[in-house]
Amino acid sequence: MQRRRSSRARKQPLHAHHKSQNDLSAWQKGGTIHSEKSLQSHQSANDQKYDSEGESLEQALSYFEKVQDCAALKKKSVPQKHLDAVESTALKHGLPPEGFEILLHVVLSGKFADTVNIRLLKSLIPASVIPEDSVVKAVSWLCVSKCSGNVELLFLKWMITMFDFIDHKEQLHALYGIFFSFLQDERMCPYICHLLYLLTRKEHVKPFRIRRLLELQARMGMQSHLQALLSLYKLFCPEQVTITLPGKMKTYFKNSEGPWKAAITAIRQKNQGPSSLFQTVFLGTAQPQSRKRKWNAQLVIPASSANTNNLEEDREKKCLYLYSTNESFPLEQLHTFPQLLQNIHCLEFPSQMGSVITNPLLLHYMNCVRDESIYLRLYYWMGQMLQEECTWCMVNNPYEEEFKSFLQTVYKAECFLQEGFSACEEFLYKTLPLWDGFCCRSEVLGLLSWIPLSSFSDIKSYLYDPLAQLFFTSSIYFKCSVLESLKELLQNWLNCNAIQVDLESSSLNTTLSGLVNGVAELVRFVGWISTVGLRLENNSTLLLYFTLDFYETVCDMYLKYNLPLLIMLPAGVFYPALLSMDSVNLNQLCYIMYRYRTNLVAAKENELCKKQMLQFKFSDQTYKVYNQYIIAMVGCLWTSSAFQKDIHPQGLRMDDELLSKTAVKELKNSFNIVYHPAMMGYSIQFLQQLCPDDTTFNFRLIKGKKWNWYLEYLYTQGLKGLKVFIESSISRVSQDSWSKAGNVEA
Amino acid sequence: MAEEAPEDGAVRTLPSLRRLSRALPFGRSHGRLGVSSSGRHIVPALCSQEKADPQKTAFLLRKAWTLYSVTPLYRFRRCRLRDYARLLGAFIAAEKQKGLAVEVGVELDIKVALSSLADLRGSELDQDALLVQHFTCLPLFLTHGPESYTSLVGSWFQKTFDCCFRRLAISPLNLSWMVAMWAGCKLDRAASAVELIFSVPCLAQPLDISYAIHPEDAKALWDTVQKTPGEITQEEVDVFMDCLYAHFHRHFKIHLSAAKLVKVSTAIASAHCDGIVKILHSQYLPGVLMLLTELAISQIQ
Repeated sequence: MQRRRSSRARKQPLHAHHKSQNDLSAWQKGGTIHSEKSLQSHQSANDQKYDSEGESLEQALSYFEKVQDCAALKKKSVPQKHLDAVESTALKHGLPPEGFEILLHVVLSGKFADTVNIRLLKSLIPASVIPEDSVVKAVSWLCVSKCSGNVELLFLKWMITMFDFIDHKEQLHALYGIFFSFLQDERMCPYICHLLYLLTRKEHVKPFRIRRLLELQARMGMQSHLQALLSLYKLFCPEQVTITLPGKMKTYFKNSEGPWKAAITAIRQKNQGPSSLFQTVFLGTAQPQSRKRKWNAQLVIPASSANTNNLEEDREKKCLYLYSTNESFPLEQLHTFPQLLQNIHCLEFPSQMGSVITNPLLLHYMNCVRDESIYLRLYYWMGQMLQEECTWCMVNNPYEEEFKSFLQTVYKAECFLQEGFSACEEFLYKTLPLWDGFCCRSEVLGLLSWIPLSSFSDIKSYLYDPLAQLFFTSSIYFKCSVLESLKELLQNWLNCNAIQVDLESSSLNTTLSGLVNGVAELVRFVGWISTVGLRLENNSTLLLYFTLDFYETVCDMYLKYNLPLLIMLPAGVFYPALLSMDSVNLNQLCYIMYRYRTNLVAAKENELCKKQMLQFKFSDQTYKVYNQYIIAMVGCLWTSSAFQKDIHPQGLRMDDELLSKTAVKELKNSFNIVYHPAMMGYSIQFLQQLCPDDTTFNFRLIKGKKWNWYLEYLYTQGLKGLKVFIESSISRVSQDSWSKAGNVEA
Repeated sequence: MAEEAPEDGAVRTLPSLRRLSRALPFGRSHGRLGVSSSGRHIVPALCSQEKADPQKTAFLLRKAWTLYSVTPLYRFRRCRLRDYARLLGAFIAAEKQKGLAVEVGVELDIKVALSSLADLRGSELDQDALLVQHFTCLPLFLTHGPESYTSLVGSWFQKTFDCCFRRLAISPLNLSWMVAMWAGCKLDRAASAVELIFSVPCLAQPLDISYAIHPEDAKALWDTVQKTPGEITQEEVDVFMDCLYAHFHRHFKIHLSAAKLVKVSTAIASAHCDGIVKILHSQYLPGVLMLLTELAISQIQ
């Protein structure tokens, strides 16, 4: 009542004619923002139209409010004009909140004939909200049944349809018992059930009500509206009533739409854009299954459903907990993120944990609640499921597609949580030795990328050994997929660590050394398999691409992930990339070497400054190998001296004598940026542009100024890696001279 | 403890008779791949449980039980058995008459009794040891009766205690363990034959070979094989089986070791590889259940 009065005080009472007109026009303008851009003249015409419509609605409302003498009006003398005004405004713009009390009063007090009442009811379409008071008053009219049965039914339908528009519902909840008593009216029963379904909260479920509903059920038999209400009761109080819904049912309330839905949608769209107000009735308890399987079939992910194992004692205990309230929010009603936020204090995980992996809201919730039992429940369930259904472990398992989609679901959940499940990790360790590398390939490799980095020391025998065996014996595409998955694994480890370092810097030392060792082991493993793999696949461009992709992460670990570890790529990868036939890989190698340089320089500086937070020395070997590679690269691409200067033991150094035997002309510069097989395409195109008429392709023309032009040309062709490499690792005496000098700084 | 469902006791759950040998959480502490060691001693409780009251556990005997393994039950309370019985009864009734609601606790034509069989507890320590954090481990589930009831009771358990049921198959290796152990047991009355049934794989027509041995001969053989009484090793079981195979080969020129052992029967119990077990002798009931519990535990890890 308090609230009602204040709302009245805020709004101008309708009796004051001119003032309320302002009100109405304000409301109308609020509703027509969309037309702001229309032409001035058009708008003013519109305004006039609205004003006149507003006026006539105003007059109509005022008329209906003042109507007293029902007897006289019951016959023919209904002013058609006012009725028309209400109808046309309602359908075009909806009615203002103030109108509902007046019109509901008229409709339910039975002053007019049914035809009028029904027409009025049908035009009760809100522009914004419906005040709760008006509905409560209408319900009190319903109790004295002044109107006809048809009007009563239509009013109930109206309430059901408009339920979401009612601005508050506390008083309506308080009327729960009144609504419940209407159940005995057989005609009203389906609508009342629906209304109760919308209103019911846990505290409304009482034994006497359950008994009443069961009596109705006994009298009327299986009725979908009773089933729906009863299953909601079961949801709240499974220890008092239980029901199993037949699997095929889809709609529980056939009457839910009424004549208003189209008009509401139209008005909403006009005023606010598409609305999402009409939510389908939930009742997710009976989930249809695609195929009939055994009752304990593991692959059926259980439907989210509230925990039924909450007997009284549990609840009493829970009252002691700080955040627990008496009411818990049933999961079946959880559909949106705002709902999750509002009810996060009174949510409970579903009775079967497995269902969280398909429910993003529950995964969010899982992220917030760090209770070990959650993970244990998931672990037990998932472990059994993976074991039982694994298609390459169980002979004659006909459900490969299902298993595949299950693995996909699990992988998606892991990506969502940014965390691997321990059941998956164990599953992989158990089954990788038996895997053919073919069945559910992308799913298995996806799961592999979420194996957590642990102090578990046997990762070599459980993961790397079986994986290497598969890698060496499988197709190039499998090799590429494995490398990609290992790159993701590395990134996941690094990301997790980056977060952990932020969270708990205290236990840094222990976790950090574990991480460094684990990462180093992984990088070395990839170095080994990619070296062998490149040899097996004749330095395939594709495989090289995936290998370098892995090293793009490795070369940046120090700066990007704050990890005091840098491992150079092995010669078995470096030289194939340096001498690669395609520019993408060469460009990528240049970029990687540039990042190695940046990381090593930063590490060295930090070491010198001694203010480095992580005391860690990179081994001299890393710097040494880096320098050897740089000499080889600069010698190759720039100074044309690779065959003389390369000092890496697996490098390109060759005696002049031996070289002369090859009888290749222009031998020295055959790998510089002009002659390199990966670059030849660019130099030819450059020459074509430079001298379009010359078809002899005189590469020797590219020197001096033209050398610089050529570089600029290469940069515009997207060779950004080459650019940063040359700009960082090669110091040029003067931009204009074409003296080429390699300078290694690190 | 045993769970008993519809009238004629269709479904029962049996307890874990020994505590979990290791902590389950994340199962990473030891031997994550569950490699079984070659030498284990299972027998201690196999012989004689003096305190067991044969009357109370008699219903377990001479019935073919289908075995399931069950992962730890979440939020299971021993003191709540009566509540669980009410809920399970109402659940079964609601499932049987789909679409009609049932009030929990009223008289129904379905009765559920859940009861705890103290006699089956392995030792005084067991009850407490069963609790792993919020979980209760009752890893073995035995059922006898129509599949429809089994599925109702099983799915109720799965939903209520967030656990997973899996059929518990018995590998030929474990069957050979069983036959060796049971053949060596002392019996006070005349015993039936020890029988092994083999199935020959990869044939168009299924071919089963039954190999029956006089119980005294089997015991005599086992006694010569076993080195330390009360302890069995894999090696001893292998020797025992090899002797049987050699004997059979001498007479029929068939290598049984190339066939699959599918069933063993002794006077103590019989077991089929599909996971169906019949226990015949009350004295050895706890021992057999213990062995099955161990198998169930290894399946849920």
